[in-house]
Amino acid sequence: MSAGRAPFTLALILVVILAAGPFAPQWTLFLLTIALAKGLVVLGLMLLLRCGLVSFGQALYYCIGAYAAGMLGRYFGMSDLFTLMLAGMAAAALAALVLGYLLARYRGIFFGLLSLALSMILYGLLVKTEALGSSDGFHVLPSTLFGVRPADAWVRYAVLAVAALVAFVAALAVHRYLDTPLGKLAPAIKDNEIRVEYMGASARYAIHVKYVIAAALAGLGGALAATTVGHIDPEMAYWTTSGEFIFITILAGTGSVIAPFLGALIFGIIQTVAFGLSPNTWQMVLGASLLVVIVFLPLGLWSLFRRRKAA
Amino acid sequence: MAAILDAQGLHKSFGAVTAASDINVAIERDSVLGLIGTNGAGKTTFLNMITGYLKPDRGRIHYEGRDITALAPRDITRIGIGRSFQIPQLYASLSAFENMMVGIGVVLWNAGRGGYFSRGRPLVPGYDLPAEEVAERLLERFGLAEYRDRNAQVLPGGVRKLLDIALTMVAKPKILLLDEPTSGVSAEEKFAIMEMIVKAVRAEGTTVLFVEHDMEVVSRFAGRVLAFYDGRIIADGPPAQALNDPEVKRFVVGGALQRLDEAQSRPRA
Amino acid sequence: MEQLLAVLIDGIIYSAWLFVAAVGLTLIYGVMKIVNVTHGSFYALGAYAAASITGALLARGMPPSLSYAVLLGSALLVTLIVAPLIERGILRFMYAKDEVVILLITYALFLILEDAIKLVWGVSPYFIAEPYGLLGSFDVLDLTYPYYNLILVGVAILCGGGLAWMLNHTRTGKLLVAVIHDTEVSRAMGINVERMYLYTFTFGSLLAAIGGAFTAPTVSVVPGLGVEVIVLSFAVVVIGGLGSLPGAALGAVIVGLVRSATIHYLPQVELFVIYLVMAMVLAFRPRGLFSIAEARKI
Repeated sequence: MSAGRAPFTLALILVVILAAGPFAPQWTLFLLTIALAKGLVVLGLMLLLRCGLVSFGQALYYCIGAYAAGMLGRYFGMSDLFTLMLAGMAAAALAALVLGYLLARYRGIFFGLLSLALSMILYGLLVKTEALGSSDGFHVLPSTLFGVRPADAWVRYAVLAVAALVAFVAALAVHRYLDTPLGKLAPAIKDNEIRVEYMGASARYAIHVKYVIAAALAGLGGALAATTVGHIDPEMAYWTTSGEFIFITILAGTGSVIAPFLGALIFGIIQTVAFGLSPNTWQMVLGASLLVVIVFLPLGLWSLFRRRKAA
Repeated sequence: MAAILDAQGLHKSFGAVTAASDINVAIERDSVLGLIGTNGAGKTTFLNMITGYLKPDRGRIHYEGRDITALAPRDITRIGIGRSFQIPQLYASLSAFENMMVGIGVVLWNAGRGGYFSRGRPLVPGYDLPAEEVAERLLERFGLAEYRDRNAQVLPGGVRKLLDIALTMVAKPKILLLDEPTSGVSAEEKFAIMEMIVKAVRAEGTTVLFVEHDMEVVSRFAGRVLAFYDGRIIADGPPAQALNDPEVKRFVVGGALQRLDEAQSRPRA
Repeated sequence: MEQLLAVLIDGIIYSAWLFVAAVGLTLIYGVMKIVNVTHGSFYALGAYAAASITGALLARGMPPSLSYAVLLGSALLVTLIVAPLIERGILRFMYAKDEVVILLITYALFLILEDAIKLVWGVSPYFIAEPYGLLGSFDVLDLTYPYYNLILVGVAILCGGGLAWMLNHTRTGKLLVAVIHDTEVSRAMGINVERMYLYTFTFGSLLAAIGGAFTAPTVSVVPGLGVEVIVLSFAVVVIGGLGSLPGAALGAVIVGLVRSATIHYLPQVELFVIYLVMAMVLAFRPRGLFSIAEARKI
């Protein structure tokens, strides 16, 4: 882990985004914002993957964040971007706090399947809830920033700027966390839980904490995505959405807090390009890429950077 | 000399098998105690009960006057009882140094130091040094300095044993329970390894309990010997006395008896 | 009373479908310890093959009574081509990897197959009504059911019974049971575990394809057909216990009856109640109701 370099690189990326943003085409701004939103979810998944855990249902928290933001707009008329993102984060974190008591006891496939089941429960609930638009979902209010609605030409840039800032802070926060004793416990939990217990630490507690952090990040991402796209629907909780997040997580690897965002961006680019070239083969491209990464780059794309640095 | 650890009336059975039957042991501070007995005699069950991995069916365990019978392994470690394993429990994908750093991190965490909002390099309780230095020091003390950056899973057997014990010492336990510290180690190395362990550990004034099958090692390093058989303690005393006890000779030492008598009467090289 | 009867009959029909759809998944897990996401792909492949081949043959004047055999034949054909390709071509090199990684590999394969299906069969829906309508329907009290549903139940019983017979009374079956219990020991005893894996993967996928093939006449066969089947199969298999055949039957019956009951009495909970049961089983009896898989739980 390039411990010292990450904060500097993150700051650099932030500056570039903020400076170049006003000159970029609208679709680029949109792509970047969505990449940041998904990157946040994957940042959380990375924390769990370092412990050896893969959640097959992270879309649960992504969806909770999105619906929290949407519902605050629909029922309370709130549209401030910061408030909505914070609300999404809080709602997801709360849910994870409770569910974590159950989930932190499981490992391997069972952790994955249980998280999957929980996300599908939310999906099933939302699809049948007419007040929330059932499977159609509903539209999200246009965002405002501190009470002001930016001019149409500037909206996307404004949202991207906020997203970049939030992602920067989140990435730094997680980076710092990885330096703490609990953060460093992850590879130990993955390797030998008995030894962790005998060292005087509770693996279950550590996993619960990471689970809540991951959920908070996913909720944050979900709220961001909801306001960027302008629409939410139960599909956000479906297993295929979770699958997308897992795909990006594997693609990115666990090498650095920058990796999830890079992975999300690459995913977005592949998705857009492949879909544009041939709408009926983009999934195939995705599947093939996933296979290639798993077989040849098991540590994710980030391991390419690390190898270069070592050489 | 007050007892640091006191087990009273411990009883444990697994269905029809009685692994421990009315075990009463008072361990004195600063002593070195050897546990002997054939496989299945109850030595490891005894260790497991002390460290909270198993709960006794009956009986109590007191540590420094406090009842610890119901505590979980991680709490047992936190209050100062360390345990090493017959099969070294290491973090396979991490280097020896990183293994130590994880252990030190846990100690810091339990002491409330090095958390998210702390600044600078926190000092490890008991050593008053930053984490990296404590790791280097312990690796040195156990002769592991040259293996610092090698992954745990590629280390040779004896080295893994030492690393396992070094990890346990991170928390500066007051009592150290060693489960067969020289098993899996070649005959020539046994004494050297045991010397190193005992020296490194006793420097801190730690009370030591070790399970051992090699009677020469036992008689050389233990100040007191407990012999187990069939879930009971059949002898308890200084090595010369316990190892010559007729029941012990019959059930534990067996054929090694003659050789042991001869070895003991010969001057040590 | 009539509503209760409707719940029961609907439940049994749905359970039969679920059993056929899910039993292959549990077989593959039991023998190979893999959670196989391509299971959904084979279901879709079976449906597409059945719909397209049967449709083509019917158009050429095949008597509709033969269509049932064609459904089965199509499933067999497509599986025998695709399954060994996947197992020998890709999966075989991955068995040493972690179970979650293998799951992700099968997920990647599923994505590839989804589009492969689109490339071969296009995106327009396929519809073959003949096998479904041919047999007419029967009445139970005031409820009308097509006879075709009995075929579905029959297929389920045949698959279940056939599988049970094969595992207990044929040599290959008994070898499979040995591998289910312990791969290492089986290998040490000289069982060609790799070949068992090939047979299992093919046979398990065939069961999924049969499920798809026999469902084809009742729905419009469109892309994405396999997507929901995957999660439902997971639910059924987890409830009954990963790797257990009687478990798959029990899981199918439970899910089928629960779904049927909720559709009739409480439609709002229909979708999520199945996953609630799955979550509860995982929470309280992670090994499922009959299982040989140990939940890794600390």
